Amino acid sequence: MTTDAAPTGGPLAKILTPSRASGLRTSATTLASSLLAVLIALTISAALLALTGKNPIDAYSTIIQTGASANKLLEMMRRATPLIFSAVAVAVGFKMNIFNIGVQGQYLFAALIAAEAGSHLGLPLPIHIAVIMIVAVVAGAAWASIAAYLKVSKNVHEVISTIMLNYVALSVIQWLFENFFRDDRDGGLNVKTTLLPDSARMPDIVDGRLNGMFIVALIVVAIFWLVVYKSTFGFKLRASGFNATAASTAGISARKMTVIALLISGGVSGFVALQSVMGEAFAYGPNATPTEFGFAGIAVALLGRNHPIGIVVSALLFGFLDSTSAELQLALVPNSIVKVIQAIIVLTVVIVNEATIRRMNIRTAERARAELAAGGAS
Amino acid sequence: MSTHTSSQDGQRPLAVQLSGIGKRFPGVIANHDVALTVREGTIHAIVGENGAGKSTLMKTLYGMQQPDTGTITVNGEMQHFRSPSDAIAAGIGMVHQHFMLADNLTVLENIILGSEPNRRGVLDLKSAREQITSIMASVGADLDLDIPVSELGVGERQRVEIVKVLFRGARILILDEPTAVLVPEEVDELFATLHRLVEDGATVIFISHKLDEVLKVSDDITVMRQGTTVAETRPDAIDRSGLAELMVGSELPSPAGRSTPVGTAIRLDIAKLTVEGKEGRPAVEDVSLRIHSGEILGIAGVEGNGQFELCTALLGITESTGNVTVDGRDVTDESTRARYEAGLAYIPFDRHREGLMLTAPLWENALLGREDDVDFQRGPFVNAATARQSTTEIIQRFGVLTPSETTPAFALSGGNQQKLVVGRALVTSPSVLIAAHPTRGIDVGAQAAVWDEIRSARDNGMAVLLVSADLEELLGLSDTIAVMFDGRITATLNPDDITAAELGSYMTGAVQEATK
Repeated sequence: MTTDAAPTGGPLAKILTPSRASGLRTSATTLASSLLAVLIALTISAALLALTGKNPIDAYSTIIQTGASANKLLEMMRRATPLIFSAVAVAVGFKMNIFNIGVQGQYLFAALIAAEAGSHLGLPLPIHIAVIMIVAVVAGAAWASIAAYLKVSKNVHEVISTIMLNYVALSVIQWLFENFFRDDRDGGLNVKTTLLPDSARMPDIVDGRLNGMFIVALIVVAIFWLVVYKSTFGFKLRASGFNATAASTAGISARKMTVIALLISGGVSGFVALQSVMGEAFAYGPNATPTEFGFAGIAVALLGRNHPIGIVVSALLFGFLDSTSAELQLALVPNSIVKVIQAIIVLTVVIVNEATIRRMNIRTAERARAELAAGGAS
Repeated sequence: MSTHTSSQDGQRPLAVQLSGIGKRFPGVIANHDVALTVREGTIHAIVGENGAGKSTLMKTLYGMQQPDTGTITVNGEMQHFRSPSDAIAAGIGMVHQHFMLADNLTVLENIILGSEPNRRGVLDLKSAREQITSIMASVGADLDLDIPVSELGVGERQRVEIVKVLFRGARILILDEPTAVLVPEEVDELFATLHRLVEDGATVIFISHKLDEVLKVSDDITVMRQGTTVAETRPDAIDRSGLAELMVGSELPSPAGRSTPVGTAIRLDIAKLTVEGKEGRPAVEDVSLRIHSGEILGIAGVEGNGQFELCTALLGITESTGNVTVDGRDVTDESTRARYEAGLAYIPFDRHREGLMLTAPLWENALLGREDDVDFQRGPFVNAATARQSTTEIIQRFGVLTPSETTPAFALSGGNQQKLVVGRALVTSPSVLIAAHPTRGIDVGAQAAVWDEIRSARDNGMAVLLVSADLEELLGLSDTIAVMFDGRITATLNPDDITAAELGSYMTGAVQEATK
């Protein structure tokens, strides 16, 4: 079948085998469709800005100018970090058609437990940090295990249970915090857990601007890629997502995969707030720990098509848009417009993707037939 | 603009005349130079393998797609159908292979759905009922108009579809593989209905690949191959093998008989297997079967009599009571995966639902179910190289037509998808194969190839539980036939002393007899 183009032997020939070529073609189409979607979204947003009486060109040039500075790029990476974790957590579930909407509850629960546990430990620096991470992962997975149990044994759909468990988590966290974990040595004025010792503080990559959690995020993405796309376990996970009936017919236990996928998803959620807990606030606190990353992670995962590279790129895009919101406000563009732009991007990407996938599938089928026809003739 | 065509042979005017019809899809030519002449008041069969272009042609005639070239003439008038409603207006009706009926509506409601008669905007059920009753009388159908369609059997549903098409005023009926879902008795009833229709002056275009039926029922036969019409003939001018050769374009491989005796070792032992069903009735009741090495046990039965539940229970997918032993190993309490490891393999009923990940590449599909095999692992990772290598072997050995092993499964034709599924099951050299409709929806050539593979594995000692709706396949392959009716095994028969018609009466429960 590979008669033309690729000569035999040599490393280049290996890369240019038809499968790789079509893989590249797929990636190129994916990238092009995502870029197209972002362009469409920016056009719609420009119309929106014009409607509210702002000059869209001014607004966009503000975004580009302020975003181009080194500090802003660091800010972009900082803001992207929790989004990457959150999106990976969501994507693990998506890969087998499990919708974990409960990342928020899972990561906040994990943040509280990890911050509290970390403040009681006295360990040398890298080990202390590692232990906190492990505690966070276990706590996140533990919270997600409730939804897993409900799904497998009571057949409760995970969308329902994880959404509702977000509310339960907020109440449980508040109760635990107020009654047990709040550091009241300052006479009740402090609204955080006990501050972490120095050995538990994540070192900065760039002083005061970006801490090591960004590197951890990239490592987690790499592991996500290895596990989901390359491992035998990941194959079973994706098979269950492709066709649950076929997977269970082939002897892949749907219950087992559901439980493991939700536990991994919850475990990855545990990382989301660690940037704040270990690197910025050095504690958990209702006002110090950000709460908005659960749903943003769904958007980032969708935008990145649950693909490792896509997730990093779209988290950076979201981080970039977030990082420019202050300057936009100075230019009298309301912060909410940035959120609207993000939402429009996600919507257009989902729509454009759907259309692209459909067209690509048709083209793939046609190409297969054409190749066969050509092969049959020769 | 209309041209009037006079009848060719001076006997009957032409109901349909297609000439030079061509239809391309990007990269594929679905139809080219198709010529079809259908005489009014006849049953005209169109035969051909899957993929020969029969469905494309019928979609063109029914207005579902427009031809790139050629002309359609109906009752002497040149037509340009832009949609099925144009075709319906010209008196053409289509009975689809998969019925398009609403289960919870009554027969009457289903028939009038889409062309509801009204008087001053109010639904006029009374005149509809009168009209339908007279249509039913003319075709000899006897249906209770007021019961929901969900209570009807397959044959009755088909009659509802036919009456519905007639109610819309169709005089030319297209039936797409109408007998695929019927048991022999129902087929006879259908043919009686068709004969009354043509006596009444209607015209029937009958698409099929079952040659015996075609020879039995049709007045004229048109053969299609590779997108075009290759021959026109009549049943009295040709025999079965001649027709088959026209379809395939070459001589057919003849099925070889057994050369090895059935072994003595019991490969699969099913004891008192019972599966709970809906509404308190068991789906499978107290089934005990034994299959020896080198034996093919055929399960005959109308679909929905517990065959699916039996197979999935054997695989541990559906919960059941009773005992299952594979190759001497009691797997009753084992997981599905453990049962495969004990030597079971499965060709599923529905390759799309149970067998394939359509958007995944072929090699991942071929790996499904075998991913725990150390040959396909490299530590915790999938060994893509060996998995792809193994897929290439399946592709070559089973003649799967595909550009490469990385092509997604959806890009393959149904027959090639089925060959991959069959290959995946057989390549593990299982000791027991559960084969459900192993050749459903695949063409004659592929069918022979699949049969050969199953036979040769059997000759090497594999035991087969064969579930099929194709009686020819059952009678041709099986060493023993067990009839399944209402979840029970109602008869065990020797395929050598029974005809398809006799088997059919067992399947409908008309005859329930002990072991013959």
